[in-house]
Amino acid sequence: MTDLTKLTLAEARDALAAKKFTSTELTQAFINAIEAANPHLNAYVLATPEHALAQAKESDARLAKGQARPLEGLPIGNKDLFCTKGIRTTACSRILDDFKPTYESTVGQNLWDAGAVMLGKLNNDEFAMGSSNETSAFGPVVNPWRRKRGGKADNTKLVPGGSSGGSSAAVSANLCLGATATDTGGSIRQPAALTGTVGIKPTYGRCSRWGIVAFASSLDQAGPIAKTVRDTAILLRHMASPDKKDSTCVDLPVPDYEAEIGRSVKGLRVGVPKEYRVDGMSAEVDALWQKGIAWLKDAGATIHDISLPHTKYALPAYYIVAPAECSSNLARYDGVRYGLRVPGKDLIDTYEATRAAGFGKEVKRRVLIGTYVLSAGYYDAYYLKAQKVRTLIKQDFDKAWSNVDVVLTPTTPSPAFGFGEKAGDPIAMYLEDIFTVTVNMAGLPGISVPAGLSGEGTPMGLQLIGKPFDEGTLFRTAQVIEDAAGRFPVPERWWA
Amino acid sequence: MQVDEATVRRIARLARIRITDEEAKALEGELSGILAWVEQLDEVNTDNVPPMTRVADMKLKKREDAVTDGEKADDIVANAPLTEDHFFVVPKVVE
Repeated sequence: MTDLTKLTLAEARDALAAKKFTSTELTQAFINAIEAANPHLNAYVLATPEHALAQAKESDARLAKGQARPLEGLPIGNKDLFCTKGIRTTACSRILDDFKPTYESTVGQNLWDAGAVMLGKLNNDEFAMGSSNETSAFGPVVNPWRRKRGGKADNTKLVPGGSSGGSSAAVSANLCLGATATDTGGSIRQPAALTGTVGIKPTYGRCSRWGIVAFASSLDQAGPIAKTVRDTAILLRHMASPDKKDSTCVDLPVPDYEAEIGRSVKGLRVGVPKEYRVDGMSAEVDALWQKGIAWLKDAGATIHDISLPHTKYALPAYYIVAPAECSSNLARYDGVRYGLRVPGKDLIDTYEATRAAGFGKEVKRRVLIGTYVLSAGYYDAYYLKAQKVRTLIKQDFDKAWSNVDVVLTPTTPSPAFGFGEKAGDPIAMYLEDIFTVTVNMAGLPGISVPAGLSGEGTPMGLQLIGKPFDEGTLFRTAQVIEDAAGRFPVPERWWA
Repeated sequence: MQVDEATVRRIARLARIRITDEEAKALEGELSGILAWVEQLDEVNTDNVPPMTRVADMKLKKREDAVTDGEKADDIVANAPLTEDHFFVVPKVVE
C-alpha cells in the first residue's frame, strides 16, 4: 500500500468516503510514523495512540453505516495549549505540571464533533511565547527541513518556527494530516512559512478562545496548520463557531471556506505595502515577493502600491500589549488551584518559589516587563500609549481597504535558522514577527502559503492579509499562489 | 528607560517571582534594552487617538443573569496540589 501519511487531508477524506482504507488503518500509519520520528523531531509532547484508535474505531463504524461527519476519521494533532478533557495539557510549561483538564476547548470539541481523530498533543514554545519553539519545557522541536550550504548538505538542526513549532513540524513531517495552532503575534504563520506548510490566523473572534491556555487575550486566536490551502479551509470551517463561553467570539455563521478554492481572482485588487520593504530583508525574500505579485497579476488580479505608515510601530507596541496581558493572565499560576507547587515558609513565599521554579526564562522576562508597564504611574505611558498606536495601525488598514481587497507581503524576513542562533538576544528573536504582528494588532485574518525555496534549500512563505471576516478571499487568493508555486514536501525523510 | 537592580527586585516582588542575584543582574540589562526599544513609540503622535478596545465593531454580549454552570466541586479541586474536603489548602495566612 502507498504511504497513507503522505496524503493531504482532502485526499484522505475522499479516500475514506470511497472505502479505499479504514480510519483505523490511516490512524495506525500515523501512530507508527510518530513512534519512529518523535525521538528525532520532538514534535509531540504526548502521543495518545489508544485514544486515537478508539476514535478511529467509532469513525469506521459511522463510515460503514454511511453516517460520516465532515472530518470523519481524519487524524490530526492538537497543540498543547488546547485543553483536552482527561488528557494532560501543559502549554509546555513546568508550572502546569501534570494538569488534566476536566473540560475540552471549544475548538477541540468542534473538531471531535465533526469526527476528527486526535493523535496527541503537540509541542510549542512555553505559553506560546517564542518564535523558534526553543522555550518549551519539553525541549525544542527539530524542523524536518535541512539546509544546504555551499551546495553541501548541512546537518545543523533548524528551528521549525514558533510558537506552533510542534504543529508545523508534525504537518511537514507527515505526522498528522493537519494540526491546531494558535497565533498571538505570528505563531501560526511564521512556523508555517519555515516548514513549507500553510497556516491561517483567522479574524480575532472567529474561533472561540474558551479552553485555550491564555497568553494575551486581545491578540490570541486559534487556527489550523495543514499541507494545502484547501486543507486549512476544511479545518478552519470546523474549528470556528459562535460560542456563548467566549464573549469576544462573534455570532456570525461560519462560511463553507472550501467552496472558495478554485474561484477566480480576476479583478481582485492586491495591495503591496511599501513599509514592508524593511532594512535587513534578504534579496531572496524580496525576489519571492515579486514572484507572488507576478503570479497574482497573471491570474487577473490588479496590483496597487499602498502605504501602511504605522507598520514599524507594531512590533514595539506588541511588546507592551502582549507582556502586559500575559502578566495578568499568568497571575493565576499560584501553586494553589492546579499545577506545580513548591512549598514556602508562608503563602507569599509559596507563590514566589512556585513561580520561580515553574516559569522558564522567556516567560519570566515577559511577565516582568508586563508587570513593569502596568505598575503604578506607568500605565498611561506604556499600555495606554500602545493601545492608541494599535488604533492607528488598524486605521492604516481601514484606509487601505477602500482601494484594495487583500494585501500581499512576505511572511518572515528570512528562512529557518539554526538552534541557538537567535537565542542570545530577545529583540533579534522578536524581529521574526515583524511582518506578522501588525495583523494581530489590527485583529485581521492572515494566511501564510509556501511560495519558494531559499538559496539554502529551505522553504519561504508569502502572507496574505484580509479584511475582517473575509477569510474566504484569503483562501481563494492563497490557492492561486499554491497553484503557481507548487507544494513543498520535505525532500528527505532523514529521521527514519 | 534604564531599569536598576532595585527596580528589577521590586517588579519581581510584584509579579511574585523569586529571582536570584544573578538573574536580577541579567534582567537589569534585558529589561532596560527592551524598554529602550519600545520607547520609539514616543515618535508617534497619539493626541486625540482613542485606545483600541475591540477589533470588530461589536457590542459585548449580554445574557440573562442566571446560573448556567456549577455543582462541580470535584472537578474544581481535581488538579489542586493539596486539598481537604473540597477546600484548597494553603499555608496559614492569618496569625
